[in-house]
Amino acid sequence: MEMNEDKLGCTRINGWYDLFSRGARDWLRHNDKVREAVRAHLPDAIAGGDVLSGGTRTIRVPVHMLEHYHFRLRSPDQPTGVGQGAAKPGDQLRQPANDAGQSKGQGGRDDGGYEFLLEFKIEDIVDWLWEEMQLPNLKARVGKSEESDWTREGWAKRGARSRLDRRRSLKESIKRRSVHGAGPPFTDDDLRFRQLNRREQPATQAVVFMLMDVSGSMSDQDRQLAKSFFFWAVQGLRRQYRHLDTVFVAHTTEAWEFNEEQFFQVSGSGGTVASTGFNKVIEITRDKYDPGRYNVYLFYASDGDNAHSDRVDARIALDKLAEQANYLGYLEISSIAQRHLTTETAQLFTTLAQRGQPAGSFAVSQLQDIWAAVRHFFSHQARADA
Amino acid sequence: MNTREWRELLPRIQDLAVQQGLAYNPVEFETVPESFMMEIAVYGLPVRMPHWSFGVRYISQLIQHRMGHSRLFEVVFPGNPGRAYLARGNSLAENILVTAHVLGHADFSRSNLIFRDSQRQVGEHIVEQAATHARQIAMAIEEHGQEKVEAVLDAALALEQHIDLNHEIGREPYPQFLDPKSGIKASEFGRRFAALDPQSSETKDRAARRRAPIPPHPEKDLLWFIAQYAPELDGWERDIFLAVREESFYFYPVYATQIMNEGWASYWHARLLREADFLPQHAYVDAIKCHSDVVRPIASGEKVALAINPYHLGFSIWEDLVAKHGLAAARRTMQEDDDASFVRNHLTLELANELQLFRYKADTAGSIKVQTEDLTALHEELARPKYNFGAPSIAAAEVQVDGTLVLAHDHHCDGRGIDIERAAKVLEYIQRVWRRPVLLKTIDGDGRPVEIKTP
Repeated sequence: MEMNEDKLGCTRINGWYDLFSRGARDWLRHNDKVREAVRAHLPDAIAGGDVLSGGTRTIRVPVHMLEHYHFRLRSPDQPTGVGQGAAKPGDQLRQPANDAGQSKGQGGRDDGGYEFLLEFKIEDIVDWLWEEMQLPNLKARVGKSEESDWTREGWAKRGARSRLDRRRSLKESIKRRSVHGAGPPFTDDDLRFRQLNRREQPATQAVVFMLMDVSGSMSDQDRQLAKSFFFWAVQGLRRQYRHLDTVFVAHTTEAWEFNEEQFFQVSGSGGTVASTGFNKVIEITRDKYDPGRYNVYLFYASDGDNAHSDRVDARIALDKLAEQANYLGYLEISSIAQRHLTTETAQLFTTLAQRGQPAGSFAVSQLQDIWAAVRHFFSHQARADA
Repeated sequence: MNTREWRELLPRIQDLAVQQGLAYNPVEFETVPESFMMEIAVYGLPVRMPHWSFGVRYISQLIQHRMGHSRLFEVVFPGNPGRAYLARGNSLAENILVTAHVLGHADFSRSNLIFRDSQRQVGEHIVEQAATHARQIAMAIEEHGQEKVEAVLDAALALEQHIDLNHEIGREPYPQFLDPKSGIKASEFGRRFAALDPQSSETKDRAARRRAPIPPHPEKDLLWFIAQYAPELDGWERDIFLAVREESFYFYPVYATQIMNEGWASYWHARLLREADFLPQHAYVDAIKCHSDVVRPIASGEKVALAINPYHLGFSIWEDLVAKHGLAAARRTMQEDDDASFVRNHLTLELANELQLFRYKADTAGSIKVQTEDLTALHEELARPKYNFGAPSIAAAEVQVDGTLVLAHDHHCDGRGIDIERAAKVLEYIQRVWRRPVLLKTIDGDGRPVEIKTP
């Protein structure tokens, strides 16, 4: 028996009934399946997630419940049904607001009705996404091209005596004896050896400059887009390269270096003088990162509305940077309308690319584009595009 | 809730019910927390096999519950003994009402033919059976892994409505060979007729007999057919299909008699309440109020509802029927009908008008128009969702030489085609257990034949 009611039942301790909730168990299994599904369309899914709020290591992604499919008739063009109440033939009715609970008898169960938030670990997402990505044009700057180093990875049943893992071997012995009953304290099969694997690392050192335009013309959405891009780029690069320096710079008519946390909080106002940002990057490179020893990368996010008076200065600064840097990436942001890299700033990068310099541009207008941008700059194929 | 007071009243309510002519198997009552009630409602059984789709329903129900849409008072399972679960949060008055309601259900499920047939087949112990299935499937997960078991359950549960109640639950496989004179031979006449022909010897018969096609006729019981004839189904996979099928045999009467059954239980809780002079006064008033909430057809604050409340419709028809033809006639109807025949036979024009029932049609723009008064059309509109367990009429039509399973949708019967996108997903489920291509024939929106095939 069921009845519509407007008040909630009270919560209480349910004793042993709480020990097994089949509903909760099956719900968790459903969520695992959603995770698998989300993983397949990760870029779309996490575009909706809010990554930048706070220093959390998880991201909440809005997802729909999965539907378990049944054979169903096509929905009729003109659904019919039986109702009850004061209505005469010919009357026009409106759908009652709280019909959701009532109408399920007619239209069949609707299992997929709710959207909910699912939490993902950022490390996991980055692991899934960055398998194939790397910095473009990375070059060995010092000595040999590869540096390999041994890392511990799992256990093997055979190995050198010195790498015998006694604790692990004892566990195996206990397991065996609890299954097969008494036996010798150790057999060869119980022994576990730490296994070493060779991992190749680029010997190169790299510094990545994240330069963001935070001038007044960048709307809140624009900044959100820029920060999302930088966020995922940084996460991914850190995963891929163990020794990587990241430098965060923001500019309006002036430029400042920030630490990472401040950078993702930064907001500004006023005009846009891109050359200040480029010059700041040049200055920091000169002071700390010798291009002879470091691979230098710059990723610049802006709406492209640079001050007219800065046109020449910006070009000169950028040309200078291009001589030192392995790659210059430009992310053009416009949350209002789709632009096609026709702004002043975009022209600068396009010109560089046309001259054969390592530079590339990408335009984004919504969060869904961020992954395309990340791919564009960091996939194997990334190279200077015309 | 004060269970002691209710426990004391319980035998008196039961005595009263028997005096009033209810005949039911003993019922075991148990009070359980709301959370457990919700799970019972979601799974349809107190302990049932695990599947992620139940998790989705569970959370949806939880959200509905939090939003205050509905509250569950009781769930009852037919059987011998029957089992009733009452929500721990029920007041004394609610529990009195619910007890009477449960006895009404128990009376119904013992006497109604569809229930009787199903109960006979599932052995009157579906609660225990379902728990056994759950355990069996948990063990299959241990042995074969979550993914594999889930693939089987995805397919089996997607087809849970596709059974054929005209056959027994323990159905024999099709005969292997065609009997050339099968139609006549079974009868006495056929035997004598065959004896007239001296050529008809056993050896000649054997030479003439042909292998029967599989299936020999369109097969509606897809769960059984796949369990029986899937080319490479393992034993444990077949067991899962048959477990789901057995539970469907139990669920069918619940589905097919919902209006009658809820109406009957509501009629009896109202009647027993009227007759019970031993109830404390305050509890009586509260219980009457609770009754009127349960059978309320239209949400408070609304003038019309676009769906019917089965409690109210059933209750009203039973009251009308008892008033006009007496209790004995009502009991006969209760034994013999299902919802479709119940509505067709006993929802009169006067009653339909009194209840203000109307048909409506929504046009493509979403505006809803009340249709002209037409009793037959109203009957059919109420009966239609009940047809064929609420599922499209799909039958296994053929297994092709390469093992392709051909499913045919009887669109003449259903009036329109199948939702193609969903169907394609279901075919994927089936294909994973059939392990050969699966093909479905139906029609598209313009009435042209279409075939969908996986892979």
